[in-house]
Amino acid sequence: MAEGNLFEIRNLSIGFTSRGGKTLPVLRNVGLTARKGETVGLVGESGSGKSTLALAAMGYLKRGLRVLDGTASFRGRNTFDLTAKELKEIRGGEMAMIPQNSGQSLTPTMRIGTQLREALHLHSNLPESAYHDRISELLSQVRLPDPETIIQRYPHELSGGQQQRAAISMALAGEAEALLLDEPTTGLDVTTQAHILELLRDLARETGTAMVYVSHDLGAIARVCDRVAVMYAGEIVLEGPARQVILAPAHPYAHGLLESIPKLSDTSLPKALEGRPPAPGAVGEGCSFVDRCALAREECQRVRPSLKRIDSGELIRCHFHEEVPKLAEAATAANVKLERKSHSRQTFLSLDQLSISYGKVGLLDQLLGRKPNFVPTVDNITIKVTKGETIGLVGESGSGKSTILKSIAGLLGPAGGAIEFDGEEALQAEVDKRPADHRRRIQLIFQNPDESLNPRHTVAEILAQPLRLYFDLKDRELTDRSIALLERVRLGPHYLNRLPNQLSGGEKQRIAIARAFAAEPDLVLCDEVTSALDVSVQAAVLKLLNTLKHEHDTTYIFVSHDLAVVRALSDRVAVLYQGRLCEFGPVAQVYSLPSHPYTEILLGAVLEPHPDAVPTLAADDVVELSPPARGCPFQRRCPRKVGTVCDTVEPPWQSDAEGHSIRCHISLNQLLAAQTNASGQRNDTPILAESAATP
Amino acid sequence: MTVVSVDPKSGGRLSRLAEVIREIASRPSGLIGLSLVTTHILLAIFSPFIVPYDYRAVSADIMFNAPSSDHWFGTDHLGRDVFTRTLLGGREALLVTGIATPVAVGWGGFIGILFGLVGGRIDEILMRIVDAFLSLPWILKMLVLIVTFGTGIEVLVPTLAFFYGIPVIRIARAATHDVVARDFVSSARARGHGRFSIIRRELLPNVLDVLMVEGAMRWSWMLLAFSSLSFLGFGVSPPTPDWGLMISDSRGFMSFAPWSLLAPVAALSSLIIGINLSADALAKSLGIDRAQKAPV
Repeated sequence: MAEGNLFEIRNLSIGFTSRGGKTLPVLRNVGLTARKGETVGLVGESGSGKSTLALAAMGYLKRGLRVLDGTASFRGRNTFDLTAKELKEIRGGEMAMIPQNSGQSLTPTMRIGTQLREALHLHSNLPESAYHDRISELLSQVRLPDPETIIQRYPHELSGGQQQRAAISMALAGEAEALLLDEPTTGLDVTTQAHILELLRDLARETGTAMVYVSHDLGAIARVCDRVAVMYAGEIVLEGPARQVILAPAHPYAHGLLESIPKLSDTSLPKALEGRPPAPGAVGEGCSFVDRCALAREECQRVRPSLKRIDSGELIRCHFHEEVPKLAEAATAANVKLERKSHSRQTFLSLDQLSISYGKVGLLDQLLGRKPNFVPTVDNITIKVTKGETIGLVGESGSGKSTILKSIAGLLGPAGGAIEFDGEEALQAEVDKRPADHRRRIQLIFQNPDESLNPRHTVAEILAQPLRLYFDLKDRELTDRSIALLERVRLGPHYLNRLPNQLSGGEKQRIAIARAFAAEPDLVLCDEVTSALDVSVQAAVLKLLNTLKHEHDTTYIFVSHDLAVVRALSDRVAVLYQGRLCEFGPVAQVYSLPSHPYTEILLGAVLEPHPDAVPTLAADDVVELSPPARGCPFQRRCPRKVGTVCDTVEPPWQSDAEGHSIRCHISLNQLLAAQTNASGQRNDTPILAESAATP
Repeated sequence: MTVVSVDPKSGGRLSRLAEVIREIASRPSGLIGLSLVTTHILLAIFSPFIVPYDYRAVSADIMFNAPSSDHWFGTDHLGRDVFTRTLLGGREALLVTGIATPVAVGWGGFIGILFGLVGGRIDEILMRIVDAFLSLPWILKMLVLIVTFGTGIEVLVPTLAFFYGIPVIRIARAATHDVVARDFVSSARARGHGRFSIIRRELLPNVLDVLMVEGAMRWSWMLLAFSSLSFLGFGVSPPTPDWGLMISDSRGFMSFAPWSLLAPVAALSSLIIGINLSADALAKSLGIDRAQKAPV
């Protein structure tokens, strides 16, 4: 074995036996090494086998899987030959794992301190008396404020980012030499994610730990990893230095994957990588990527490319990798500029001082006629939307984006203010009381199609519901219209008989979109519609939404936590913090300076898939649970706080000629000056600034 | 990892039932349970045509006869053939509970789903009433009704169906709560579907599994309740053969004529065990954890 390799996986194939008795491989001839102090990234779409590979490195196989060929060794010992006892000693001690959703991996009934104590007891030789100091040390190492308090906390008393930090500190407790990170920042807010990634980078540097970082997020990979392996259909198709893989991907799949990521600096729609990866066992004799590859030729169908080293140093599985640069040129030429039509100035939907409260008046208060004073979850939202426009709503979780959509859809009654629809009348708060025509014209698409499609209904039944309800269609007509709808979302008629669990994530979301468009709506409310999807699928869904919008002149309200996605699709953007508007205006203005301090932080935390992209971490990633009762909603986290005026006085709206409004006590000019100074030549590509401050 | 298996099948109700039965039978315990239940149901239907003696035939000559080739399970204190009476003894019980169980699951399930969907204060009030009902021993409540209205089938069926429907409310409501929170229900509400359309299309298909398992469990408890009533003398009246009644009649002679007691006990237990095994296998094949889903 090579010197210094902690992990060494050679020609590993892992598979399972199908019901029909066939052996289906999940991993095929995979090789991977990780040295001390090195961070290796594993990227790929869901189902590409990246988690399986990471777990195999720990000597763990999910139920039903078995090793078909090859070895996986850790410090020279084959992990699959180790006994359960030996594995138990290694895991958590010499190597540790940080799972995706650490909120679920922490024991809910144990205080953080106790859990760390347990980890120390199992994996360190420290005397009992030294535990307390070590625990404080570990918690400060993961930059948790005030370790003494955190020790006493239960997991549910911590925010998502803090839970993830606590989980990392547990993994560090045994002073592991190798860390496996399985999507450690997926599901966290952008600001939190940026903080966690910086922490991991620092830890890798400080402790010299080897890390295997599994993620679908190339931005995160670009920030953390030294080397990257791109996985497709259970194979490593490209492996090389992170910089090279991300700047000049030599494999057509890696190229497509990178192209499909929406970028902050780019106003056009990302290019979709059409098709979907083959299921285990469905790969033919040839290249696994052949069906989706623009370079594919007859040879690719026949011969499986071997993993070979190319001149620039990467390992690659492709017959025609020399032609990949041509793909890039073609892609630039075919760049679809998003067509932004000039819209009629007539207001189509208007939110007038909308406020929404989740607070409920208790029985006792009701009996006594008391009205408790709630600070509303969403307050004072005034937005006017014109026909055919797309309004983006951005903000961290808890910013009230989805709440506003639910209120427009009539699922949640507002506590104050009014919603006017199509100029004529105020919308009834409750969906049951709205006229049928209004219900038809406003449609809602949810975040997760697994949740929004009834698992017991076939696609035919799902599509039939709005068609029967709004148009009273039956039999032949119903089927014809359903098939037409499927075609509009680029799916064939054979999907009618399928159940949701027989569809992929992207297909499910297409069905959900088709169901919304079945009503022939004028206003479509999109609630994080792409955040549960793979990037390549996300690009396709965004493209579809854009096409449908132009075909029908539909108005969208598009909610997302991903600033790049919002930029790709929206005409105007509203930035929300704690249910209050911070900034509102045309997309180009909102994404350039001056920005509201909160927008500045959000933009600074976005990770572009670029090795030189450095996030600016201006504020803590503390999550606030409720908005402050007075003053500016962002007062507690604002890095540009002026003084007591922020705590007491609600900031005024300041607008410029282009309709760009910022709600802040600092004047626009001063904001502009401060922000330009802070980030050097930061303007159109704010994130790529080399000189941006690192914490 | 996504393993997409595509087998387009017609999603009819009957094929689903067949699928469920196949699933149950694919587990050894389920297969045993299912065969026991099937045997009992077939016997209940066909026993009048195959029994060797008249169940009323009393004879002082053959009192307490031990099992023999003439009387396989022996005779009881009145010289009646125990085998005949055991074969016939489940008919009444299966008939009453066979009608009362679907009725109980039906009305309890409907109310539970409805209130689970409506929620709010009405739901709270209803649940407190349900709690109050459940806090009284069932046997007392039933005895009051039966003593007041008599012991015929026309009283027993509604009584059992009523009292055994109440815990079903609770189960159905809990299962509905899980489903109501999901987006496809919000989606249906946002489209403007009516309450009953949502119950029928969105909720029922997702709660049905729980209700089926619950129904199977209620059935076995109801059988026990029915036999207990007979045992106490409030069920079927003599000389109709009934397991509960037979056990009650023969328990005094247990020491010297155990066969007249053991036969109905074995019959009743095998049916109950059969139902329980089937219900367990059903729950497992539907992926329902009964330990969690059955708080009552």
